Amino acid sequence: MAAVTSPTRSPSARSTSPDPAWSRWANGHRKWLFAAPAMLFVAVLIVIPLTWTIYLSLTDAEGSVRAESSFIGFKNYVDVLSDTDRFWPAVLRTVAFTGIALLFEVVLGMAIALLLWRPFRGQRWVRVAILMPLVATPVAVGMMWRLIFDPNIGMANQVLGWVGIGPQPWLAGRSTALPTTMFIDIWQWTPMVALILLAGLTSLSDEPQEAARIDGASAWQRFRHVTLPLMMPTVIVAILLRGIDALKTFDILYATKGRGGGSFHEVETLNVYAYGLSFDYNEYGVSSAVLIIFFLIIIGLMWALTARRKKEANR
Amino acid sequence: MLRRSVIGASLAMAVAMGLAACGSSGSSGGSGDSGSGSKTLRVTLANHVWTENIKAALGDFEKQTGLKVEVTQLGESQLSDQYNVKLNAGASDIDVMMYRPLQEGKLFAKNGYLADLSKDVKANKDWDFSDFQAGPVGTTTYKGKVVGVPIITEREVLYYRKDLLAKAGLTAPPKTLDELKTAAAAVKAADPGVAGFVARTDKSAAVTQFSSFLYSFGGDFDKNGKATVNSDAAKQAYAFYGGLLKDSGPANVSTDMSWPEAMAIFTQGKAAFYTEADSLYKNATDPAKSKVADTVGFAPFPAGPAGSKPYNIPSWALGINANSKNQANAWKFIEWATSKEQTLAQQKAGVPSARTSVWANPEGTSTYPKDLADAIAASAKGGVAHDRPLVVKVSQVREVVGQPIVEAITGKDPAASADTANQAFQKFLDDEQK
Repeated sequence: MAAVTSPTRSPSARSTSPDPAWSRWANGHRKWLFAAPAMLFVAVLIVIPLTWTIYLSLTDAEGSVRAESSFIGFKNYVDVLSDTDRFWPAVLRTVAFTGIALLFEVVLGMAIALLLWRPFRGQRWVRVAILMPLVATPVAVGMMWRLIFDPNIGMANQVLGWVGIGPQPWLAGRSTALPTTMFIDIWQWTPMVALILLAGLTSLSDEPQEAARIDGASAWQRFRHVTLPLMMPTVIVAILLRGIDALKTFDILYATKGRGGGSFHEVETLNVYAYGLSFDYNEYGVSSAVLIIFFLIIIGLMWALTARRKKEANR
Repeated sequence: MLRRSVIGASLAMAVAMGLAACGSSGSSGGSGDSGSGSKTLRVTLANHVWTENIKAALGDFEKQTGLKVEVTQLGESQLSDQYNVKLNAGASDIDVMMYRPLQEGKLFAKNGYLADLSKDVKANKDWDFSDFQAGPVGTTTYKGKVVGVPIITEREVLYYRKDLLAKAGLTAPPKTLDELKTAAAAVKAADPGVAGFVARTDKSAAVTQFSSFLYSFGGDFDKNGKATVNSDAAKQAYAFYGGLLKDSGPANVSTDMSWPEAMAIFTQGKAAFYTEADSLYKNATDPAKSKVADTVGFAPFPAGPAGSKPYNIPSWALGINANSKNQANAWKFIEWATSKEQTLAQQKAGVPSARTSVWANPEGTSTYPKDLADAIAASAKGGVAHDRPLVVKVSQVREVVGQPIVEAITGKDPAASADTANQAFQKFLDDEQK
């Protein structure tokens, strides 16, 4: 601990005695001293909990983590990975939710960014309007859409009624619930993707565009062969940021369908499943195992994407 | 708030537990300013009419005792999460806790979260513990020790719309489940825009309200350690409850409805019959919350082949955190909040109590609609003292025995699902008997 405070004292120390032993030591270990607070922070808030979670995942802890539990090795992992009833469907839903939502968000986000790229009258207002969903609290967003999509008293079915389409079950339907939550996610997060891509677009220089125009490239050709390749690093950043967040989506799903993702687990993703396991079932061992597996999946995907990004950069 | 990832949440939880573990080993050495008899009492309560009433009366208690009461008020599921995290960590910053004896009581008592109140309840003759109904007290007792004091009781009754009944040519509310089925169909036939019947449909939330149907068909969840949710009676009950919602329920009925959603359909005037806990009646009769406040009627739970057998249970109780350092004052609060005077005031404000003397007192039901008071009196007689399987892992088991309900609502055969559910439920029962 004294080590952490030493840098602040060192000026006075220098004036009294030229080179006391502790000061020499502090100087020699400068890089450790300065990094210590950050490292301590990481240790307390990330390493310790993670280690604890890994430990829990190897025990049969349930009911209360203070109750006696015994070490059972990888049994939880084996159980979880062979669970075709809840775990694997949840993995599939997580992948489908993330993949589809992300695809729409990137395509729509790119379209919006391209539209907003060139200045036009009222641009400021359009930008503000588009960013509205982004600043709303996800739980409030979930509640709002839940009301809009209510099959009996909701606005969505009323609007459909005006154009002669019969009422749809939306969130209430067994097969329509997941697509509906994807729609909500797309509605809320496309603006963020658009924002990131717009930032990328504005930093592009004009010369390649002009050169392509002089060479007679059409608008599509200029986008496909000039803008998009130059934008690739930004696109990957957007996919990375939004993808990790989408994998971990919880609030929208929980606010619209509640615990367990509905009576048939229609929207139960890994995150919702893990939450249910620990807060509803008090199965801390199994829940920790699911979380560690989930953690590894996210790290794996992140690694794959960044590796691709490096490859792009080196090309 | 929910925006944090679950990984984050559980890691944070792990930290809390780790720190608390260090904390408790340190403080047992006898340090501490928070020693016994702190003047501040921390009370954790659920969102409920009861809580609003008690908060309004808190001033009296603070004046009487010189204590300062800090109330934390949370929604049902947030409250559960709070207890899960804090009590798991051995936190001492909760003194009095409002909990659900049938949902969490067994788990909490087994984990040693609840302090033993056996001596306290006998200490004061005027407060009179024997005045509390035996059924509710049974559920707040664990292995012979009293761990909670029941504050709110409920029974399932039939909510109905007098005007819609008249419109469909009916003069009186149904007395049997068969009559209910016919009447519900008649209402829906008279006006397809209005459902004949609505009730909870979420597989977990529906279990408690389904239980009265199950008992009235002559079934139960289990008997002597054997699961019985695939008995003939149970299969009939599943088919009846699900079928009623499928045939006479709201169009596009979702399988996510707990009471707020079902109650909303009823109070928006979109349903004629609704089976629900009586303790929620204010939602239907308060004009500020209900469009149909003037036309709501109440009737006892309709009789099935085995008679009318609604549940009669304590939904909430007060307990003391076993790790609290302020247990004597915590008991003072419970004693005051559950006193005869407070209980009478609560009941008059719409919260059905667990005290016999309050029910016997005509003043106790003076503010209730007459038909509701009659329905409650009828239910209290033949009532069954549980509304869900009495196991430690209630959450899981509710989902298991609730599965046939949602299968029936969505038009599948509940019998096959009931067989599967029975097997799964039996496993839980076997595990707990070990």
